[in-house]
Amino acid sequence: MLTLGIDIGSTTAKCAVLEDGRDFRAVSLRDSGVGTDGPQAAFEGVLAELGVSRRDIDCVCATGYGRAAWQDADLRASELTCHCLGGVYVFPGLRTLIDIGGQDAKVISIDAGGSMAEFVMNDKCAAGTGRFLDVMAALLRCPVDSFAEAAARSKSPASISNTCTVFAESEVISQLAAGAAVEDVIAGVCRSVATRVGSLARRLDMREPVCMSGGVARNAAVREALSEYLQVPVLFDERAQLFGAMGAAIYAAKRKSKE
Amino acid sequence: MEVRKGSSQDPNSAKYKLNQIAAKAYSDAQAAKERGEKVGWCASNFPVELPETLGIPVCYPENQAAGIAARGQGEKLCSIAEDEGYSNDICAYARISLAYAKIKDEPAQNMPMPDFMLCCNNICSCMTKWYENLSKELDIPLIMIDIPFNPDNEVSRDEIEYVKAQFLEAVRQLEEITGKKWSDERFREVMANSCRTSRAWLEATALAAARPSPFNGFDLLNHMAVMVTARGKPEAAEAMELLAREYRENIENGTSTFRAEEKYRIMFEGIACWPWLRVTSTGLKSRGINMVSTIYADAFGFIYDDFDGMIEAYCKVPNAINLETARDKRVRLCNNIGVDGLLVHTNRSCKLWSGFMPEMSRQIGEACGIPVVSFDGDQADPRNFSEAQYDTRVQGLTEIMASRKAGE
Ligand code: SF4
Repeated sequence: MLTLGIDIGSTTAKCAVLEDGRDFRAVSLRDSGVGTDGPQAAFEGVLAELGVSRRDIDCVCATGYGRAAWQDADLRASELTCHCLGGVYVFPGLRTLIDIGGQDAKVISIDAGGSMAEFVMNDKCAAGTGRFLDVMAALLRCPVDSFAEAAARSKSPASISNTCTVFAESEVISQLAAGAAVEDVIAGVCRSVATRVGSLARRLDMREPVCMSGGVARNAAVREALSEYLQVPVLFDERAQLFGAMGAAIYAAKRKSKE
Repeated sequence: MEVRKGSSQDPNSAKYKLNQIAAKAYSDAQAAKERGEKVGWCASNFPVELPETLGIPVCYPENQAAGIAARGQGEKLCSIAEDEGYSNDICAYARISLAYAKIKDEPAQNMPMPDFMLCCNNICSCMTKWYENLSKELDIPLIMIDIPFNPDNEVSRDEIEYVKAQFLEAVRQLEEITGKKWSDERFREVMANSCRTSRAWLEATALAAARPSPFNGFDLLNHMAVMVTARGKPEAAEAMELLAREYRENIENGTSTFRAEEKYRIMFEGIACWPWLRVTSTGLKSRGINMVSTIYADAFGFIYDDFDGMIEAYCKVPNAINLETARDKRVRLCNNIGVDGLLVHTNRSCKLWSGFMPEMSRQIGEACGIPVVSFDGDQADPRNFSEAQYDTRVQGLTEIMASRKAGE
């Protein structure tokens, strides 16, 4: 049995194909999300990699903000459940998952059986999300992918507001104008995201092990700041950005096997 | 066209009657104004029994603002208030009302301009300032009753005396403004009507304990208008009793105004998201979620036996009580009615309700063993809501409830 999960986010599209509910056979990722050709490209890409067609897939589950618009889905599930399933697959026994995506952040608490028990999500502001980092990257003229490296050079991280993206933007500008080193500002920006999301996590009954998922998980500076803020190790896996798609494929397999 | 029994078009249905009463509250006030009578604007937690006993017509700005927002004009009026210099952080009901006082015409819900204002600070401090501003700008008297926030569990004798003196003074002021006279006998009638209406309302809302619930909880949000504006009138009491009867009949016949399979039952916390009412209700109904309980139902059920009892009731309105008492009321509702989850509207307008909600809802979730999920929104400003965010949160809640049920 082959099941496919497609996770259509605000800035990326991801697919994963699972065989018999156990092994992932192929994954794909495109850097464009809802409303672009990214989802279709990711979908075709993963099928091409496996050398199969849509007919060979027993069940497709769509997740992410674009899930409702994906016509070719047999099932739909929220990205909350899917990230949780993907996280537990990679880290068995996982109890807390922190996902920072393009436009939202969520913290999921997972019960001992691997099911989502509770979750909290960010409010309407982009602070604490991938979008916040993108805005700062443009302002600082430094790609987000280089943030971790730059932040590692920081000697004294700047203090950047975490309550509002616009406030934070003007703080960054005044810090730079006052002569702060770029790496200190970058480190401050990463901390700002970490404390914002960390305080969401503290609202829940946070248990270890804790892992991060979503695109921002690749940023080691945010991960370290989060770990420092929460005083717990924060696990990371290279597939962090794919947890949603993987979880959707697992969800589809579970539903299929119940039939 | 055939009219479905019990629908809003069936003139014998409670729904039709309640809608008529709510609409009549506005037209009666308008007619009184045209006759040259003095008309007031009144806060929802002000003792409506006072103007009702005196036969003074009043309108309710909160109710008007909700109507305007539900009919899609919230953003327009909020923007007018913001153009005047009011911050968009202020409650959207206040912004809409302040804007209405400026433009004096909004076909979505018109009401006569006031000759005096009636306010009571057992609601929130934003309302105090909103009414003060209106009184100043329109140059009309304001009657303000101070009912302090109650950190204790009971209402003390001292508090009752303190508030009673103000109620009596308010009656005196109202007599002076309108030339009408207080009658104890008339007060007893109003009190009896108000209690009768409240009893029927509480009975009707408690029937949600049946499975499936005989009604869709969103019905309550509409019918509440009558509880706010007309609970002292005999026709309101009759219509509410009819509503309770209809719900009992639904239980007997196994029917419901919730027209979907009731897979899950939740409590909804906070004021409705009026500009997005259809989106928020469809998001629930399409997943088989019935909102069977809301503290709103309780909030306007005033039951008492005499003048002092009435004062005590107003000292215990949900906005003026401590967190523990407020929590216990909700826990009781959740347990009596039986719910699988709690959906919290983090209402950007209302700092009071939303401010203590993260902690209170956490405690409710713990006490009742149910998942708690919140979403950002606004009771009347459509700009503070994202449909996609709402949908994801509700779907997440559904998935938790489903997996808990499967595990049972
Ligand atoms: S909605 Fe909240 S802020 Fe607005 S008047 Fe009512 S209690 Fe006050």
